[in-house]
Amino acid sequence: MLGLLTGFIEELRGSGIPVSMVEAIDAAEALRFTDLGDRQAFKATLGSTLVKNARHYEAFETAFEVYFALLRPAPGDAADDAPPPAPATQDSQQGIGGGGGEADLESLIESLKRALSEGDRGLLRAVARRSVGRLAGMERGRPVGGTYYLYRTLRRLDIDRILEALVESADASLELTALEARLLREEYEDRIEEFREEVRAEIRRRLVADRGREAVAKTLRRPLLEDTDLMHASREDLAMLGQVIHPLTRKLAARLAQRRRQGRRGRLDFRRTVRRSLSTGGVPMEPQFRTPRPTKPEVFLLCDISGSMATFARFTLQFVHAMSGQFSKLRSFVFVDGLDEVTSFFEAGAAFESALERVGSEAEVVWLDGHSDYGHALAQFWKRYGGDLTPRSTVIVTGDARNNYRDARGDVMASITEASRAVYWLNPEPQAYWDTGDSVISVFAGHCDGVFEVRSLRQLEAFVEGLALPRRRPGGVRAEWKPAEFT
Amino acid sequence: MTTEGLQSPAEVKERLRSFDYLADDRIAQVVFLADRLGKPILVEGPAGVGKTELAKALAAVAGRNLIRLQCYEGLDESKALYEWNYKKQLLRIQADEGTAWSDLEEDIFAEEFLLARPLLEAIRSPDPVVLLIDEIDRVEVETEALMLEVLSDFQVSIPELGTVVAQTQPLVVLTSNNTRELSEALKRRCLFLHIGYPSVEREKEILLARVEGLSDQLADQIARLVRSVRNFQLKKPPSVSESIDWARTLLALGVAEVEQGTVEETLHVLLKYQNDIDKVSRDLSSVPLDTVAT
Repeated sequence: MLGLLTGFIEELRGSGIPVSMVEAIDAAEALRFTDLGDRQAFKATLGSTLVKNARHYEAFETAFEVYFALLRPAPGDAADDAPPPAPATQDSQQGIGGGGGEADLESLIESLKRALSEGDRGLLRAVARRSVGRLAGMERGRPVGGTYYLYRTLRRLDIDRILEALVESADASLELTALEARLLREEYEDRIEEFREEVRAEIRRRLVADRGREAVAKTLRRPLLEDTDLMHASREDLAMLGQVIHPLTRKLAARLAQRRRQGRRGRLDFRRTVRRSLSTGGVPMEPQFRTPRPTKPEVFLLCDISGSMATFARFTLQFVHAMSGQFSKLRSFVFVDGLDEVTSFFEAGAAFESALERVGSEAEVVWLDGHSDYGHALAQFWKRYGGDLTPRSTVIVTGDARNNYRDARGDVMASITEASRAVYWLNPEPQAYWDTGDSVISVFAGHCDGVFEVRSLRQLEAFVEGLALPRRRPGGVRAEWKPAEFT
Repeated sequence: MTTEGLQSPAEVKERLRSFDYLADDRIAQVVFLADRLGKPILVEGPAGVGKTELAKALAAVAGRNLIRLQCYEGLDESKALYEWNYKKQLLRIQADEGTAWSDLEEDIFAEEFLLARPLLEAIRSPDPVVLLIDEIDRVEVETEALMLEVLSDFQVSIPELGTVVAQTQPLVVLTSNNTRELSEALKRRCLFLHIGYPSVEREKEILLARVEGLSDQLADQIARLVRSVRNFQLKKPPSVSESIDWARTLLALGVAEVEQGTVEETLHVLLKYQNDIDKVSRDLSSVPLDTVAT
């Protein structure tokens, strides 16, 4: 048992979940009070002692399923090759035990439909086992991942058609209202998801039996949410990310509002000085000073939303949406080769999807041909909004700095930097690709207070964590804002 | 440390149920472990899924007093741990002038001049208690560190007095809405329990247990509708406490069966933002069958 546990913990660490020594000991200790025959209890014990972040739970579940896969079907479940031991009803026995070929597929589909419409979990599991046995075409020793088999199985069953058929037949027989139909449909969808899970588990079980748990665990390992590559994240990943970035925006707000160094005194507080002087007979011995107020940060966020940045742009806009709840003075801009302000789309209470839609339809970001032109976009920003930059403004630009061999206008960037408190550039490209091809990041880097590779939530967290505003610009001189300078 | 009557996870579940808290197997197992190992439980999850209720139910089950520390920004040790009762100390000094200072000094830093705040109170209590530290994610990181000593060793160090060690071990429940990342040190000391939205079946049971006079059919409908509403992309999806409120509302209105109209009229009970209400009432009603997003 102990060997299995340490192997499991190794696997968790391998997939990026931090498990400390103390937690490992706790888990072992807790197992003494756990009924090892009860799989759910066992899982709850390991989950509560080893995983301390809800974000990591999915990775934990995958590893758990592999490491503690039921190598033999639980008693009472139908085994795939043997004839099914007395399923619930007469009908289902026929359904599962039928002959081979097309007829078998038909009967499988029929059983599945019944299981779905009646919500019969036992039957659902039996069908899942059977389907994998018949349809996945798994061969021993073939180095193919589990997703491939899942796809094969579900395609043969044509699961989408089953859903349609179920809803239609229910609708025809019961004459449902739109609302009822909707609820019914969602119920079926839930059960289909359950079925999918069963199929997945069955495939995993067979893979583990074939190749051993370490090998399977490795192939199933997926990056944790915070390590997901933002350039290529799936919609589901992005939706999940959207839910977890709120704490981060709060932290960013706190970082940017950072108090000036302690001990710095503000103006003389006349009222308090006079009051104090009463204890010394009206002689103002100790002058009192106002403590400087923490500055309210102003943030200007410039997002590249050109085609090459599509996925990342969605993420940055999610970030904008989350941030607009934290900053009272946040202004957001999007650009391709032209630039437009989108602050109003993200105002308090606006739903993200509708804001996104408005960015797509209303923002005027195409100036010439709709290919990134950082130079022109920045020049437009400077021309229209440069006058709003103050020594309290932080400018954050997100983009890959791929300029399609156009003029990058480092001079504009220099002026923006001079006029503001700090300028940061977040680049979603791997650092190794910077300055290759049409990337002109180093032109801008020279004028920024920092350029960061941000390809994952973890890197974004690191950026926020390490954020320390630079001291004021030398001499406190502001760049003179002259709109006519750049056109 | 074991609490009587909590001999197995199944028993935990059953006892909690008798106090109208419907735990699933995972919750029961973690609570059982916390009791056995003497470790705090860190409960995380969206607002209104019954995190605080769990602590209350636990106190009822174990027959213990519940001591609650509600966290907020700016909470400090004088509010969480202890404070010296300055006024009383001052009176004591004035009461016998002329006593040697060394005697007096020993005197005024005695336990009787100590004002116990929730954490110290939980530790000093002669009977075991349930200590609820609510919404710990609201305090600053520095304040969080204050609690580490209490959570791991069940003791409080008071410079003038020495260390107060717990006579009986409290059962500690911490809750967090996850508005910020808690420190590793704190998480390491706790058992972690994430409570999400319940399944339709469990939500129905919760409704039946919590709302008196609710019919089985109505509970089922409400649970399914709420699940459906949660599938929308909302600013604030309805939680269990809101679906309970909604069930009570429908019951008070004498609704026997939920229909389109009633849903729209009472949606403001379930949802707290106008945007969300608009979105749901628009989409729930008008979408024809074959274009419902899958």
